[in-house]
Amino acid sequence: MNSALRLLPLLASTLRRHRLRLVFTLASIVVAFTLFGLLAAVRNALGAGVEVAGRDRLITTHKVSLIQGLPSAYLREVAHVGGVRRAASLSWFGGIYKDPSVQLIVFAVDENYFDLYPGYHLTPAIVSAWNADRTGAIVGDGIAARFGWKVGDVVPLQSNIYRRRDGTSTWPVRIIAIHHTDSEDPNTIFLHYVYFNESRTFGRDSIGWVVLQLEDPSAAPKVAATVDALFANSPAETKTSTEKAIAQSFANQVGDIGKILDFVVSAVFFAMLLVTANTMAQSVRERTPEIGVLKTLGFTDRAVLVLILAESLLVTLVGAFIGIGFATLVATALGSSLKAFLPFFRIPPTAYLTGLGWVAVLGLLAGVVPARNAMRLEIVRALRTT
Amino acid sequence: MTAPLVEVSNLTKTYHRGEETVPVLEGLTLSIEAGDYVALMGPSGSGKSTLLNLLGGLDRPTSGQIRIGGEAIEALGPDELAAWRARSVGFIFQLYNLLPVLTAEQNVELPLLLTDLPAEERRRRARAALALVGLADRARHRPRELSGGQEQRVGIARAIVTDPLLLLCDEPTGDLDRRSGDQILDLFDALNREAGKTIVMVTHDPRAAQRARRILHLEKGVLAQETAG
Repeated sequence: MNSALRLLPLLASTLRRHRLRLVFTLASIVVAFTLFGLLAAVRNALGAGVEVAGRDRLITTHKVSLIQGLPSAYLREVAHVGGVRRAASLSWFGGIYKDPSVQLIVFAVDENYFDLYPGYHLTPAIVSAWNADRTGAIVGDGIAARFGWKVGDVVPLQSNIYRRRDGTSTWPVRIIAIHHTDSEDPNTIFLHYVYFNESRTFGRDSIGWVVLQLEDPSAAPKVAATVDALFANSPAETKTSTEKAIAQSFANQVGDIGKILDFVVSAVFFAMLLVTANTMAQSVRERTPEIGVLKTLGFTDRAVLVLILAESLLVTLVGAFIGIGFATLVATALGSSLKAFLPFFRIPPTAYLTGLGWVAVLGLLAGVVPARNAMRLEIVRALRTT
Repeated sequence: MTAPLVEVSNLTKTYHRGEETVPVLEGLTLSIEAGDYVALMGPSGSGKSTLLNLLGGLDRPTSGQIRIGGEAIEALGPDELAAWRARSVGFIFQLYNLLPVLTAEQNVELPLLLTDLPAEERRRRARAALALVGLADRARHRPRELSGGQEQRVGIARAIVTDPLLLLCDEPTGDLDRRSGDQILDLFDALNREAGKTIVMVTHDPRAAQRARRILHLEKGVLAQETAG
């Protein structure tokens, strides 16, 4: 280790020999690792729903699609199915704020909804306060910070789907609490279903879907079958799945994009490998006499091998560092603007470790052939190429 | 009576060129005392550079023995031979063979990277070697910023910085003008007479050879004649 450190100035000097070539090689590595970092952020954003989905929760939706509503009476019937601890409904509000382009994630939910989602960390006192105000809303800290909302503010939420009987499409809500969550979406706004339902002009007494909390997660298949059997052959047949399965199926739809990006990154890594390997081979070929001199001075074959491999690793490491650093900056900037849609758009810590692994693999692969050639070089032959 | 520093006996070296076997050295025997200054002369292909390479452990003999400082170097393994070169031999090349990306001081420090010396001591010794060859003020210059004579002096500083037993010089003035060549030869004189360094120098230049104490003439791989310098 000590002797390797001594060779660092030698490494740094040799790297500076052809600056333009080094810049081009670094550029290919930077591009590859920037893509790698951004893909990791995309993957994190798409997979976040699956990770946070509860194991003990089922979702009952319309059999045809999530967009089709269910009669609100289903909620009561489902809540009485054996094995169901509690149930609550969600309805998509279609929220906008001030400008139609500013779309919000707003759900109208039942009073007991937060009993099913402890991840919002709401105390019973807060839930009671919310239930005491039919215009009350609970908003995420992400969206509150974005618009500067605070508890007590009255916010004119508009719907781009529903209209009220008074001809407007605005549901003023008072912010009762701001939820802080590390497992759920920090941009979600919840308002009372009854407040939403009583004044809308169409779709009254329908709900979006039902969330069921189970007594025993292992009974999920049985409970799901019972619920769906309950509404079989009715005008609104249901499909009941675990929350995780629904999140996974959503992730799978967008996951195909991930596979395509995986392919792109693999191709870019491969191209990067060729560029770096070519640079290393060319660099070692040009330095044949110098390698002969190093061996003449007493550098062993193994020391020469290590020197070339270290050079290859160093180039890859520097490029990867810049690339992942750049990707982190881009992901942070994009993450802020995409917060409403992809709240988990950030590079996860595991991706940095994986990146380091790629540095080792690609750096060694790029350097192994020229390093082996340099190691095997006969001194007399090397000096003769002067 | 101490043993000679260099003892070569029945040394042969052959190269293979396709099916053909080319003998370069054929049963050569010689000895060189410590503190001697020997010039190797001879026509091209006579085997003088091959002999120099074998003495420096850069190449392996086909047969025969080479003892330097009491060590049979033909018996050493690759890593042992590399370590032996690092501590026992200083090489001076016709084309200097400095690393262009390093400064004069860094080039001279290069062999010391293989020692356990701390960085400050390595730099101190490199500067001392440069001062010895009269280039203390050129320590921060890169080879392309130096004249040929100065580059060769950096090469000499690199060769002596580890205080080796033996200096091996391959046409050290072959690429220099007469004045610079004379300066290099003056430096060898001083290293031999004042520092007691043993020098073996391959040269085509009779004037350079005259500076040596002994001149060995090689022809077709054998020692043809020995004259005094």
